[in-house]
Amino acid sequence: MTAVPHAITADGRSAALVRANARRTRGNLVADGALALASGAALLIVLAILAIILIDVVRNGAPRLSWAFLTEAPRDGMTAGGIFPAIVGMVEMVILMTLAGVPVGVATAIYLHEYASPVSPITRAIRIAVANLAGVPSIVFGLFGLGFFVQFLGAGVDKLFFHGQKIYGQPAMIWAALTMAVLTLPVVIVATEEALRAVPRELREASLALGATKLQTVMHVVVPQAAPGILTGTILAVSRGAGEVAPILFTGAAYFLPLLPKHLWSQFMSPSYHVYVLSTQSPDVDATKPILYATVLVLLALTFTLNIAAVVVRARIRRRLPGGVG
Amino acid sequence: MTAVNGVAKPEPKLKVRDLTVYYGEKKAVGPVTLDIVGQHVTALIGPSGCGKSTFLRSLNRMNELIPGCRIEGDVRLDGDPIYGQGIDPVAVRRRIGMVFQRSNPFPKSILENVAYGLRIGGVNDSRDLAARVERALSQAALWEEVKDRLNDSALGLSGGQQQRLCIARALAVEPEVLLMDEPASALDPIATAHIEELINELSENYTVVIVTHNMQQAARVADYTAFFYLGELVEFDRTDVLFTKPTNSRTEDYITGRFG
Amino acid sequence: MIRGQSSSREHTNREYELELRRLREQLLLMGAKVEDLINGSIRALIDRDSELAEQMIAADRKINQLEIAIDELCMQVLARRQPVASDLRVLTTALKLVTDLERIGDLGVNISERVLELNGEPPLKPYVDIPNMSREVQEMLHEALDAFVAADVERAQRVIARDKNVDAYYTQIFRELLTYMMEDPRNIFRATRLQSIAKYLERIGDHATNLGELTVFMVKGKDIRHAGKLGDGTTT
Repeated sequence: MTAVPHAITADGRSAALVRANARRTRGNLVADGALALASGAALLIVLAILAIILIDVVRNGAPRLSWAFLTEAPRDGMTAGGIFPAIVGMVEMVILMTLAGVPVGVATAIYLHEYASPVSPITRAIRIAVANLAGVPSIVFGLFGLGFFVQFLGAGVDKLFFHGQKIYGQPAMIWAALTMAVLTLPVVIVATEEALRAVPRELREASLALGATKLQTVMHVVVPQAAPGILTGTILAVSRGAGEVAPILFTGAAYFLPLLPKHLWSQFMSPSYHVYVLSTQSPDVDATKPILYATVLVLLALTFTLNIAAVVVRARIRRRLPGGVG
Repeated sequence: MTAVNGVAKPEPKLKVRDLTVYYGEKKAVGPVTLDIVGQHVTALIGPSGCGKSTFLRSLNRMNELIPGCRIEGDVRLDGDPIYGQGIDPVAVRRRIGMVFQRSNPFPKSILENVAYGLRIGGVNDSRDLAARVERALSQAALWEEVKDRLNDSALGLSGGQQQRLCIARALAVEPEVLLMDEPASALDPIATAHIEELINELSENYTVVIVTHNMQQAARVADYTAFFYLGELVEFDRTDVLFTKPTNSRTEDYITGRFG
Repeated sequence: MIRGQSSSREHTNREYELELRRLREQLLLMGAKVEDLINGSIRALIDRDSELAEQMIAADRKINQLEIAIDELCMQVLARRQPVASDLRVLTTALKLVTDLERIGDLGVNISERVLELNGEPPLKPYVDIPNMSREVQEMLHEALDAFVAADVERAQRVIARDKNVDAYYTQIFRELLTYMMEDPRNIFRATRLQSIAKYLERIGDHATNLGELTVFMVKGKDIRHAGKLGDGTTT
């Protein structure tokens, strides 16, 4: 039976409407299918790239990886031995970086969010500065670190305290740590501010209404509530700090040191710098290649772990937060 | 137009004279002249946006937290001015406490919630704290329900219990006046009835000022009622008078449901 | 609604407004019927019309039905609307009004019953004072109902003031009937019936006064009942 446009189907709806609905449904299915296909393809590409990198690194580096590798010092011009000093150096530098950078970053974020007037030009200037800081290339940080920390501050300290002896006026762990601290400052500030913003206004009001000062409110209510978010920021900063090369290039990293770094003014080794050096200045490419890959593997494993930790912490915060109260 | 009827004979606890609140250039409420009677319940009623909450928050200087807010006029607590050069809002808020519309317990234990105001104020002796916490929770009619789980998280309590916890928290610092901004509006009828009962009990020892959009609640709970409309105080009188023979026709229209 | 006191604006809730309107209609209807009953009973007395008296006795049934209906309507509004201020006064006044009206109706029935008894015998004397008194009472009732409808306080207060006239009439009629009774024992039956009628009229006057006082309360929120008799030194 031919369907006349104004015919009514058995359940009372117009035939034209039914056909239009069917067409739309088919169209929707096609669109949904295309979208799924495109997302699937993108995901596959990303996973493929990651897989290529990982497979290459693991294949070449895993054999060389061992407990000895992690606990021995390098020998024979980097063709044998392990990367223990590099790991130690990195850990020490990162600790210093965190101690220097996180309090400053957190305090800045607290000032920006809790105390600064949103319309004041100073606030705007600070925010612009932070945003710009995040965009500065790492090598520029390296040069800044060299010029400001090493040559200006370091030389000044030497002149004041050490009668001109060259102690701090040269690349040192402390300067590398401070440079890294400056570099990771935006990360800490942004993560902290996000965490502070997530603290509901009602909690602040409740504290103030009980006769607490603003400082007491910030210290006893807001910051504890924001602590997991601050932690996320710190983890991200550490992750960044562990892997960057350019900033520590001129400010404290060394290719080979016979002794572990013991003083603030010591130089230090770092796996990231180690990778750079091994790949560009090795005397014996074939011998150092496995070491190179193994170091890369260590670095990757470390970075991955830290980033995943940050994601997990963030996810757990989100889960605690429906309704805004942990 | 302001109206001051029924100014009670005992010296009022809070004397408000020509209080006006501005947000930037815009006048939010006022000028308001009003006497709050001590150890009684005063209700502030009126349609949404009439300024009653703004007025309430200016009694404990919580309005200042909003940028651009400006207060004119005079408020005195037992003769002591609340506003003025050199007057610390923190000290004011210790004498005038506040409970909010949505309960807002800290994500801490029940004990730490109630003790917060005390710790902030410098009380640190744990026995002293425990005694005061117990007294506050008893006054808020919550002690029996939580005395065995003081270290549990406050967020595990029901809505009505959380609100009573917030009341206990406010009472722990022993304020003289308790301001309540629609304290039961987020609660079911039975929890609301508990809160109203509690307000009755509290009014024996505290001066209570409560904002409510529920007129029947004001009629049930309050000794005095003030009607606000479009940022003005229209009428203020004993509750039984205001609800049986109000003087102002706008009051009459509002409470009988002829508008708003 | 019942005019006068508050604004002429309507309630936001239309059903509430309709309920109050219905209440008003019912009250007016009951008032009209009560007035008719009183007028009819007095007419039956003066014209010695037994048939009219019977009709008046029957008419009371409708008035009782109205009392019940209005009471129920008031209860429903009180329960569902939680009225306050002028609405509350209107409702509580309506409840009391209805009681007074129903009593007036009963008194009219009592008059008619006495009329039936009197019509079984020759008239005792020409009626002079009783018609005067009844006219006063009928006017009071009419004025009281009008004052309520119009929410007119002055009018209500004039009704209240007239009650002393009615009391004076009663005293006078009673004294006169007493002399008839003392003169001849065969007068006693009719005289006592007439005295009862005068008493009923006096009580109708009191109820009309109540209506006036209720009107004043409804409009002004001021309770003026029992003036001078509260034992606390107040006069009103």
